[in-house]
Amino acid sequence: MQELILIAVGTAFVNNVVLSQFLGICPFLGVSKNVKTAAGMGGAVVFVITIASFVTGLIYKFILGNPAIMGGELEYLNTIVFILVIAALVQFVEMFLKKSMPSLYNALGVYLPLITTNCAVLGVALTNVESGYGLLTGVVNGFATAFGFLVSIVLMAGIREKTEHNDVPESFRGTPIVLVTAGLMAIAFFGFSGLI
Amino acid sequence: MNKCTERIFNGLVRENPTFVLMLGMCPTLAVTTSATNGIGMGLSTTAVLIMSNMLISILRKMIPDSVRMPAFIVVVASFVTIVDFLLEGFVPSLYSSLGLYIPLIVVNCIILGRAESYASKNPVLPSIFDGVGMGLGFTVGLTCIGIVRELIGAGQIFGRQVMPESYEPFTIFILAPGAFFVLACLVALQNKVKGSLAKKGKKVPKSAGCGDGCASCASRGICGGHLSASAETDKTASAETDKPVSEETDKAVSAVEDKKEQEGA
Repeated sequence: MQELILIAVGTAFVNNVVLSQFLGICPFLGVSKNVKTAAGMGGAVVFVITIASFVTGLIYKFILGNPAIMGGELEYLNTIVFILVIAALVQFVEMFLKKSMPSLYNALGVYLPLITTNCAVLGVALTNVESGYGLLTGVVNGFATAFGFLVSIVLMAGIREKTEHNDVPESFRGTPIVLVTAGLMAIAFFGFSGLI
Repeated sequence: MNKCTERIFNGLVRENPTFVLMLGMCPTLAVTTSATNGIGMGLSTTAVLIMSNMLISILRKMIPDSVRMPAFIVVVASFVTIVDFLLEGFVPSLYSSLGLYIPLIVVNCIILGRAESYASKNPVLPSIFDGVGMGLGFTVGLTCIGIVRELIGAGQIFGRQVMPESYEPFTIFILAPGAFFVLACLVALQNKVKGSLAKKGKKVPKSAGCGDGCASCASRGICGGHLSASAETDKTASAETDKPVSEETDKAVSAVEDKKEQEGA
């Protein structure tokens, strides 16, 4: 249990997926204009990454890394299988939600297709395999990574709402000032490194 | 042959993926802690880009339109796996410093973007040279950023000490925040250049990066332009903040569905 909590805090705050590993920069810059959409995107990412790390964990445990099938030598297919599984999974989750949970679909639906190209999903699946995490640890790691993403994108959206009408030098308007803000946030997140 | 040199010039200068189009920001920020890492990542991406452009261009008449994205992804992922093993076998030091970012070349939007917008529509030879041009442009971009960060952050270039002994390096530039600051300055510089070009009345190349939303994104085919729909939600949300959430998302969802219908028709 203690190990799981350590992993969760470590991936969510100390090695934050956006601010220290640079995964998922695109949505972080593109969908952080206001808090509501940012929270929607973050929620969808939490949802998809948690499911994806469970499914890829299952596939790795029972097919790719299973000694009974080809002597566990199928690991070289990890990247190919994971990216296809993630792409298919996102489509499937979208259809499933639309049919059976319309309220959740209304909240997350728009963001779901975007997540296929979010490198954080594939990144988490590969990290889980590389660090030798089991199924439960992998899911916790996935959830914590996504939670870190949610926290940073919501914080960023909050800051952007406040600084929108600030008097920024002309060349720095738009993306550059967002990047500077992200840099300052990354410095702030260094403060967490004393936690573990 | 003229067309081939034109493709290389296009990739290196006119549509440089790092400086002009702002594509592939994740590796750009993550691996440019030193010039060596930058050049290694750039060349690995170039190799994948050339091979995938070639194969996709060869297969372009065989791949059915409706499953082209999964097909492209499989092609790209196969080449990435090959490059991954080659690096592990022959350049272990680079392999360990790039780590996770090598398999993540699969989701680099430059590669799928070029496959979708160029290789799937053009003959083999120009597609190969398009890959060479784009790849070299990306390599040059990563190496330049790597040189700047390494010089300020460690006082070295390609691992050689170039600054005088008395120079106190700003270590933060080779850590995570430095990447954001360097890129911010780069984009600001780009804005400045674009501004002065626009004043002179010259044609300004559009950025395809994600910072500007999906409107001009090269990999729009993959995500179906959904981000621009959510950008519209952004606007409606900021204009009418007192509206309940469900209504806004409804709007966005219906906008997306409309778009799908239009595409279908």
